[in-house]
Amino acid sequence: MGYVAIADRDHDIEHHDPQTFITKYIWSQDHKVIAIQYGATAIFVGLIALGLSAMMRLQLGFPDTFSFITPENYYQFITMHGMIMVIYLLTALFLGGFGNYLIPLMVGSRDMVFPYMNMLSYWVYLLSVIILIASFFVPGGATGAGWTLYPPQAIMQGTPGTEWGIVLMLASLAVFIVAFTMGGLNYVTTVLQARCRGMTLMRMPLSVWGIFMATVLGLLAFPALLVSAIMMLLDKGIHTSFFMPAISSMGADPGYTGGSPILFQHLFWFFGHPEVYIVALPAFGIVSDLLSTHARKNIFGYRMMVWAIIAIGGLSFVVWAHHMYVSGMNPYFGFFFATTTLIIAVPTALKVYNWVLTLWEGNIHLRVPMLFAIGFIFTFIHGGLTGLFLGNVTIDLPLSDTYFVVAHFHMVMGVSPILVVFGAIYHWWPKITGKMYHETLGRWHFWMTFLGTYAIYLPMHYLGFAGVPRRYFAMGNTDFLPDSAQDLNAAITISALFVAATQILFFINMIWSLTKGPKADGNPWQATSLEWQTPDTPPKHGNWGHDLPECYRWAYDYSVPGYADDFIPQNVPASVAPVGRDHGGAH
Amino acid sequence: MSEAVMEPGGTAGVVNDFARDKQVFGVPWGKAMMWIFLLSDTFIFSCFLVSYMMVRISTTDPWPNPSEVFGLTAFGYDVPLLLIAIMTFVLITSSGTMALAVNMGYRKNRKATFWLMVATAALGATFVSMQAFEWTKLIMEGVRPWQNPFGAAQFGSSFFMITGFHGMHVTAGVIYLLIVANRVRNGFYERCGSNYEIVEIAGLYWHFVDLVWVFIFAFFYLW
Repeated sequence: MGYVAIADRDHDIEHHDPQTFITKYIWSQDHKVIAIQYGATAIFVGLIALGLSAMMRLQLGFPDTFSFITPENYYQFITMHGMIMVIYLLTALFLGGFGNYLIPLMVGSRDMVFPYMNMLSYWVYLLSVIILIASFFVPGGATGAGWTLYPPQAIMQGTPGTEWGIVLMLASLAVFIVAFTMGGLNYVTTVLQARCRGMTLMRMPLSVWGIFMATVLGLLAFPALLVSAIMMLLDKGIHTSFFMPAISSMGADPGYTGGSPILFQHLFWFFGHPEVYIVALPAFGIVSDLLSTHARKNIFGYRMMVWAIIAIGGLSFVVWAHHMYVSGMNPYFGFFFATTTLIIAVPTALKVYNWVLTLWEGNIHLRVPMLFAIGFIFTFIHGGLTGLFLGNVTIDLPLSDTYFVVAHFHMVMGVSPILVVFGAIYHWWPKITGKMYHETLGRWHFWMTFLGTYAIYLPMHYLGFAGVPRRYFAMGNTDFLPDSAQDLNAAITISALFVAATQILFFINMIWSLTKGPKADGNPWQATSLEWQTPDTPPKHGNWGHDLPECYRWAYDYSVPGYADDFIPQNVPASVAPVGRDHGGAH
Repeated sequence: MSEAVMEPGGTAGVVNDFARDKQVFGVPWGKAMMWIFLLSDTFIFSCFLVSYMMVRISTTDPWPNPSEVFGLTAFGYDVPLLLIAIMTFVLITSSGTMALAVNMGYRKNRKATFWLMVATAALGATFVSMQAFEWTKLIMEGVRPWQNPFGAAQFGSSFFMITGFHGMHVTAGVIYLLIVANRVRNGFYERCGSNYEIVEIAGLYWHFVDLVWVFIFAFFYLW
């Protein structure tokens, strides 16, 4: 392990600017280039997953119409859609993408603490993506076990992809975890150890807090997924019986004995629930910064926001079995996990109130990032409230495995984080590329996405109440469902295809911006945090030119009374401008 | 502005102390990162051990008696856990030589550091070899990951998986120690001025692997 510190030397800067195209853009150790590599790869696989969801919707909206969607394909689409969206898109984009880009810039560091390991992290992530995509093309195709991969069915004959698909899926997850660990160790150590002078923890922008806490959750939660992946690979490959009970398959005895399928569910959800917050906490943090910047007002209750992030992170490790109320575990567990689940609503609600109070009497600029941030508040409240239904055992039992659950988790960890992703891309786009995007096109993108997703997911709640089960290829002639359920499904499909198609606006906008977009000012939103104060836009290798910045105030000095500008950057000394509310303490 | 700030006491004071300075922990970056990695690795081994406990409870077949399965015949006596006792002794001794190597590193005694690290790696390699011997013995007796003649199939599955995963950690540690030892010998750390912290960082990993073994020993062999 080479141990060469490059980022913290104020006066003898020993980093070497990369010269060739390959060291600059491909084998790059610059956190900004790695961030863009991560982001581009994640968005690419995300588009594949979006295509898969369109295929699923076609089948659900118009059953018996498309001969190329077989039941086996449908299960493969479901599985890969879920896994890609949760792990290979959202986790990679928030932590590998935004984490890599924002952490060093926001805390005033030249790079991550170990740039070489950071580079390896991306390439290993790319390897995991390649393994994942390869599983579509092996004999038997990708696994169709559902994204939760529950045994015994995940490796039993009859489930699609039990030949090679499940093996590649598990291998890809293990490789992803290695990649995440290499990146995650970098992010955590950079936040803890490599901040610039004066950047106390309680002066960091909430984006950094959210990404930091999410990374800590990842480092502690992914081990459970790694262990369950290894054990299932052994069950599949050499016929151990960790998860497999004595079972008969197609009239034959596959030779398993005495394993515990519930053990897999415990391990999976010990990872799976923190994973929800690995996706949500960066979104919480980023949306706080977007709201504050575009409302020209300090975030309401900064200290409480930080403590809420920490509390949510801690609590997320003791709620996992609320995914398992119907698994057959001891009913007393349900009592415990329902209680902890409802407790987690307290810090979460606190954050929502604080976002709304940040907007209160703010000088709101409805620019594109702000629209997405406000849209997030709507969808998140919506998804959060349905979470209260599902957190209670007695209400969850009838709703379990219906479209109500599908609507809930898509609102809370699908639509909400994606709105923040778009808001964040629009917000930091001028810094990343040095170009402005097309404002009107961006607004169209927001409104069509926001209203379109409501048209998709709001009716799904009713389908769930009516008892439509999730993961079914076709309902056939089901007596308890009215015919209108099918009409609703067709309407949802049309909305879904519409929303998927409107994402083209986003890519048109980005291409337009890169080719014809006007040059961006270094700080177009007049924001206070350090990434907007770099000497160059986009920032050059090493970020800060010759001298590291020094931080004198928190990240939210907006509209401080008695000062001409309505924002005071973090690197403006107290002798030059008044200090607003600063909880960070002196250095 | 610091002169005007009132210092809070109590919990707020503790929080401020940690949050204030440039670095939360007054240690090199590499050491902080190793601590965080070991925390993550702790969760991996905890998941393995908890899973082992759960399959041991859930399986329907009787669990083999470890002191019989892991017994050896020495000088005509059946000694339970003989090999494991020696293996554990070897590994804990290697922690001792590692601690001495760290000390010698900070004293800039390159030669002693090098030889103590090589000794540590040799003890680690001895441990892995004895583990290979134990695996061979059990495989000869018919123990397989999917079945064994003594009882529950999960006994063999958990045994090979957990000791195998730990053995991989030890093997990786031996390679890591040898690389660092070689760099100590050829003066690499003198040239880049890193003050031999890397010896201590390697030592952290090594002590962690030993500590994990103590838990595996307690939960797998003694229970």
